[in-house]
Amino acid sequence: MSGVPPPATPAGRVARGVLLLVFGTFFVLPLYAMLDFTTRLPDGSRTAATWRQAFSPSVMNDQYPELVQGIVNSLLLTVFTVALMLVLLLPTMIWVRLRVPRVRKVVQFVSLLPLTVPAIVLVVGLAPVYAWVTYFFGESSVLLAFAYVVIVLPYSYRALDAGLSAIDVTTLSEAARSLGASWLTVMVRVVVPNLRGAIMSAAFLSVAVVLGEFTIASLLSRDNLQTTINLIGKRDAQMAVAVSFAFLAIAFFLLFLLSFVGGVRALSGKQPSPEDAA
Amino acid sequence: MGAPLGLVPFFLYTGIFLLVPTALVVVKAFLTADNRPTLGNLTALAEPQVRGALTHSLVLSAVTALGGAVLGALLSYAVASSPTDSVLRRVVTSASGVLSQLGGVTLAFAFIATVGFNGFVTVFLQRYGINLAGSTWLYEWNKGLVLVYLYFQIPLMVLVFLPSVDGLRPQWREATETLGGSGWDYWRHVGGPILLPSFLGATLLLFTNAFSAYATAAALISQGSPILPLQIGGAMSSEVVLGQENVGTAMALAMVVVVAVVMAFYALLDRRTSRWLAR
Repeated sequence: MSGVPPPATPAGRVARGVLLLVFGTFFVLPLYAMLDFTTRLPDGSRTAATWRQAFSPSVMNDQYPELVQGIVNSLLLTVFTVALMLVLLLPTMIWVRLRVPRVRKVVQFVSLLPLTVPAIVLVVGLAPVYAWVTYFFGESSVLLAFAYVVIVLPYSYRALDAGLSAIDVTTLSEAARSLGASWLTVMVRVVVPNLRGAIMSAAFLSVAVVLGEFTIASLLSRDNLQTTINLIGKRDAQMAVAVSFAFLAIAFFLLFLLSFVGGVRALSGKQPSPEDAA
Repeated sequence: MGAPLGLVPFFLYTGIFLLVPTALVVVKAFLTADNRPTLGNLTALAEPQVRGALTHSLVLSAVTALGGAVLGALLSYAVASSPTDSVLRRVVTSASGVLSQLGGVTLAFAFIATVGFNGFVTVFLQRYGINLAGSTWLYEWNKGLVLVYLYFQIPLMVLVFLPSVDGLRPQWREATETLGGSGWDYWRHVGGPILLPSFLGATLLLFTNAFSAYATAAALISQGSPILPLQIGGAMSSEVVLGQENVGTAMALAMVVVVAVVMAFYALLDRRTSRWLAR
């Protein structure tokens, strides 16, 4: 149901076409310029050398060990963040719907709070907390996953909440319980299989956010993809731009897949309206 | 009785990694380095450097929020007339999803490669006698940063505003026409007023988005700290003057206050939006 009819007059169609072309240029040009930059030689001719190096594990390990470490850290961080987020959030949200619906608004408030507390502010308060994390667990960059679960919380909450609203959790669980299932069985074998789409959305969104994170890693002096790219950029700009372009392409692909299940809207950063919780 | 126990892990975790850090920002803004209460950190906010950064941040956020909102609304309108499942739609929505989140190092690289000293467009325009490389405009908060911020503000507007444009019902337009109204009448008296709260709300959202962005500016600007997030980052990562240890925290608190006030207005507008537009 689209409330805006297609332009009726030829002039309207031309105006719309021009508008789309101008916006398209503004958004494609910087991306094209990145590709152009990674394939340019000082004399103006073309080379694929940077990209050949980027896809050669031996060259990367040899010449850019810190970049490889940053990439590995970020990939591990996506895995740990998604796993921890799901283990923490999913059972809680199901449990709230089934057994303690009166705290639903509290859980929602807490989950959406990171939208109001910018990363640059959160990191100021996280610094003392991470002093303790370092004391107990060490200095590994993978420990950033604790903070990353917090920054992906709003997006994941929205994706999972949309999924949970679409199924009748109460009836499903009552049916399972009356057949003798335990609460664990209800969650793992009844509710979760019905939430596959929502779980995928939450995971994809989290991956996209974690791969792009810079603020917290940088200010807590840990190394991830973005901080190492920033570092390498000062020494070998072409390689840094190539790698950041590659990860941009990955994020784009993830979200393109996600647009088929309609999960992209969770990224909009909207605050909940009072009706959402009703 | 046992049911609430199931919530312990969630509240314990968010307590440690979200609520405690947030509370620490609020509390430490009023403490000296040896944990005695003080208002000194707040008076430090009045120092010209910090006040300047706050002003720059507010101006930058307001300009890119308004610009992003107007341009993004225009783009939403252009896209809204194509069917919901068209390729154009799908590309624009998913591209908006990526680009609205794009920031930091990648975005800085992209613009340096485009309009930097040796950028693609810079080199291209040089052939026609236009020189973009004559100054450091790209690295200044009131020029380059505005352009770079628009690159994620416009997509965010599309993401937020397109559903509202889609929410306009064809019947409303038909009703206007049946009553003898023109296209202008429709936008002036029906479509415009219905979309206005949603447009303003989205603008506020864009404002907080720009106001709290750190990574892009940090990756682009290496000289000085012209905006508030950079001041906070600077206070965190450099040696601070004795007696000023918690000034960074006070700046962070100032930031939370601004974001919270804007978000409160947003909540008010959003209630109005949902009166007409089912989402």
